[in-house]
Amino acid sequence: MIRWLQDNMPKIVLAPSFIAVMVFVYGFIAWTAWVSLTRSRLMPRYEFDSLIQYERLADSPRFETAMVNLAIFGTLFIVIAMALGLLLAILLDQKIRTEGAIRTIYLYPMALSMIVTGTAWKWILNPELGIEATVKGWGFANFEFNWLVDPDMAIYTVVLAAVWQSSGFVMALFLAGLRSVDEEIIKAAQVDGIPTWRVYSAIIIPSMAPIFLSAFIVLAHLAIKAFDLVIALTGGGPGYATDLPATYMYAMAFSRGDIGQAASSAMVMMLVVFTIVVPYLYSELRTKND
Amino acid sequence: MSPILEVKNLYKNYGSIEVLKDINVSIEEGDFLVLVGPSGCGKSTLLNCIAGLEPISAGDLFIGGQNMTNVSPKDRDIAMVFQSYALYPTMTVAKNITFGMKVRGIDQATQDAKLKHVSTQLQIEPLLHRKPGQLSGGQRQRVAMGRALVRDPKLFLFDEPLSNLDAKLRVEMRTEIKALHQRLGASMVYVTHDQIEAMTLATKIVVMKGGIIQQIGTPAEIYNRPANLFVADFMGSPAMNLIPAKTKANGKGMQIEITRKDADPIVLKDTRNTDLPENVIIGVRPEDIVDAALARADDTQQADCLIDIVEPAGADTFAVMQLGGKHVTARLHAETTAAAGTEQRLAFDLGKVSYFEPETGLRLN
Amino acid sequence: MTDRPYAQTRTQSPTTKLVLRFILYILLGVFALFYLMPLFVMITTSLKSLDEIRTGDLISLPREITFDAWRTAWSGACTGIQCEGVRPYFLNSLLIAIPAVLISTIIGALNGYVVAQWKFKGANIFFALLLFGCFIPFQVVLLPMAIVLGKLGISGTITGLIFVHVIYGIGFTTLFFRNYYVSIPSELTKAAMIDGAGFFRIFWSIFLPLSLPIIVVSVIWQFTQIWNDFLFGVSFSQAGTQPVTVALNNIVNSTTGVKEYNVDMAAAIIAALPTLLVYVVAGKYFIRGLTAGSVKG
Repeated sequence: MIRWLQDNMPKIVLAPSFIAVMVFVYGFIAWTAWVSLTRSRLMPRYEFDSLIQYERLADSPRFETAMVNLAIFGTLFIVIAMALGLLLAILLDQKIRTEGAIRTIYLYPMALSMIVTGTAWKWILNPELGIEATVKGWGFANFEFNWLVDPDMAIYTVVLAAVWQSSGFVMALFLAGLRSVDEEIIKAAQVDGIPTWRVYSAIIIPSMAPIFLSAFIVLAHLAIKAFDLVIALTGGGPGYATDLPATYMYAMAFSRGDIGQAASSAMVMMLVVFTIVVPYLYSELRTKND
Repeated sequence: MSPILEVKNLYKNYGSIEVLKDINVSIEEGDFLVLVGPSGCGKSTLLNCIAGLEPISAGDLFIGGQNMTNVSPKDRDIAMVFQSYALYPTMTVAKNITFGMKVRGIDQATQDAKLKHVSTQLQIEPLLHRKPGQLSGGQRQRVAMGRALVRDPKLFLFDEPLSNLDAKLRVEMRTEIKALHQRLGASMVYVTHDQIEAMTLATKIVVMKGGIIQQIGTPAEIYNRPANLFVADFMGSPAMNLIPAKTKANGKGMQIEITRKDADPIVLKDTRNTDLPENVIIGVRPEDIVDAALARADDTQQADCLIDIVEPAGADTFAVMQLGGKHVTARLHAETTAAAGTEQRLAFDLGKVSYFEPETGLRLN
Repeated sequence: MTDRPYAQTRTQSPTTKLVLRFILYILLGVFALFYLMPLFVMITTSLKSLDEIRTGDLISLPREITFDAWRTAWSGACTGIQCEGVRPYFLNSLLIAIPAVLISTIIGALNGYVVAQWKFKGANIFFALLLFGCFIPFQVVLLPMAIVLGKLGISGTITGLIFVHVIYGIGFTTLFFRNYYVSIPSELTKAAMIDGAGFFRIFWSIFLPLSLPIIVVSVIWQFTQIWNDFLFGVSFSQAGTQPVTVALNNIVNSTTGVKEYNVDMAAAIIAALPTLLVYVVAGKYFIRGLTAGSVKG
């Protein structure tokens, strides 16, 4: 008995986590998937009933807005954060004396809750008392900056705040990548008389392809999960102009009492994450096992 | 008396891959067994199986006459020295050495006494309060040995213990391990890919390739009578010359003909081996091809050979030429007159010659 | 895309070099202002009176520093019908974060130790399943979790939130420890086994003393995640058990009475202080945690 315990201790230690993952991740996903195929409303029901919830999603203008917003927000957020992150990393890679301090400044927003970030930007972008009032106070009486309450522009304020929060992190990733390039290659290029900008564009950046991929995955993941930021910054409004699938799901689950819609929209989010993350994880695990 | 270690029909599979096939080895008390072979030949896996760190798929394993096949490592009465030394990084040298005793609940006084004994023996007393990170490679090696010695086990296991040391230190430690073995009279199993280490240390060598034992024997047996082409090529440096040749019966012996480019074949006579097939591979050690002028008179046969490359190595000079379509190395005197691009009269000593079957690679004589 | 004005070739004159260097520092400074501006605005706004906020502008320093807003935010601001400030919720966040961080780190350390050093058939599959669990959008588990918490009788409680954070934290903590322990040679475990040490003895005597850096990374990561969490907090709490992020959002969005922007800002800073402090004190480990999940370990 004691011998059996000794031999199987690793498995015994892993077992609770394994059960937890199977139940609370995969079991729950299965539960949500099943409920998304029922007519559940206020209470979950378990009788299968075709794809009615997904048809309702497809017919819902609010969910359509949410998906369009996710596309706009996701694309802009990822592209801008990556471009800005790369630019900052290259700027910081020029043997800057105060690099440590500057890096700290660029990265601190990542330590904040998105609720804090949203609260701060909500105040800064306040049409009456924020930037608009400040610039007007400088003498530009006609200056207007009311994106926060403009249904067509509000989603871009979410992009702005999200970029502010996450671009420092991308910078840190890229900086680590720049530093990991073999110095001898760079020296060889310098001996060959290749200008600095070509060293970056032809040697260093191409060799960082895996880091671009990592940054993309992390940002895409953040974009799909972005929920707190929208809640704090715009509350999904004006109207539901800045709804994302995440806020749509939450509204259906906890204020509309429409569990079927909540489950089906969650499954849509899941599918989006799946298509992005699974190929990545698969290749990661494969190369790690080699 | 029963052997100290006996491995019977051992098999080891990883899934469908067989990494060890039908291994049978046994050693007596006081033997120094070296497992040698190229990387991936299964020698380290075999050692791990003996230690109990890897389960075996089939077969039996006895240590000191007891069946240890399913016994956990700690109860096998063994000690092991690892390639990376595997010193516990957060413990001092003293704690590293006594950890095993502490785990086994041995009293403090005994621990202290054994620690003192071992550290004196290995001259590591000044290091006892340092951490492994503060030691040089050679010092770590000693501590790892100390951790094994203090166990006073039936069997010592070494997994390439010298491969992380620089060349000079490696030779020093090799001598020291040999001295230790002679002093203690302990039984040891030692894994290495370095055939010189194998030759110098072993009382018994196992040559392995692809999970199969190629030959078991004393260093002299392995060196002088390799069982097949692989062993012939692997053991010895520079390697044995393996030259394709044709044979013909000629009176009371055999006539062996080695073709050459742009010259008449070399014809050698062998009076001792008389039953050879027509096509053979002849194996001649470099030291059996010498300057004709310096050769012992009897038993050698001479030929003029065109030398391609001359490599002075201090004590000897090696000369490389083309015979039978192969590069052939001769071990010449340090002050030989041989020069690249010129002919040199060389003497061939067939006293220790080996013949191999070209298809199977097996030894013929 | 990377052709930049500051590019330096060795043919540049010292003057051009100096000018480029100057432009470089200006650029870096402008970006620093961009990142610092919101923090600056939050702090100055929190120190102004409401009158000054209505008349002054966003980026001016307060004419008269007052800590009234901080006092209100801490102990008087309304989060709906209750008006006790963020203090009780700050405490809730601590009560949730501390046990959840400790438990998930301990479980992650043991899991990582097994996956990295005691490989057995299926251990890698377990790790892959766990890793994938790190990436799921939590919306997909919200509904069943609400039901399960109810069945366990811990819905709306601090215990329930601790439970949820532990469950969804072990993916990352295991990842941290696994990647750390995988770089420790397995010969160490083998040597200890021959020395007679068992599973827990080896973990306790050999691996744990080596683990300080990764424990710090894991604790910081988990603390930041749990402290900053909003989704689980808003979904699984009830009046009285809400974490500080939820309380902050309620204060900002409460529609009763006059909008007190200075109180909002003070409350936001209070909510941000613990994680900011961690970042300032242990930034190095914070960055390691951030990158550990995304750069190959």
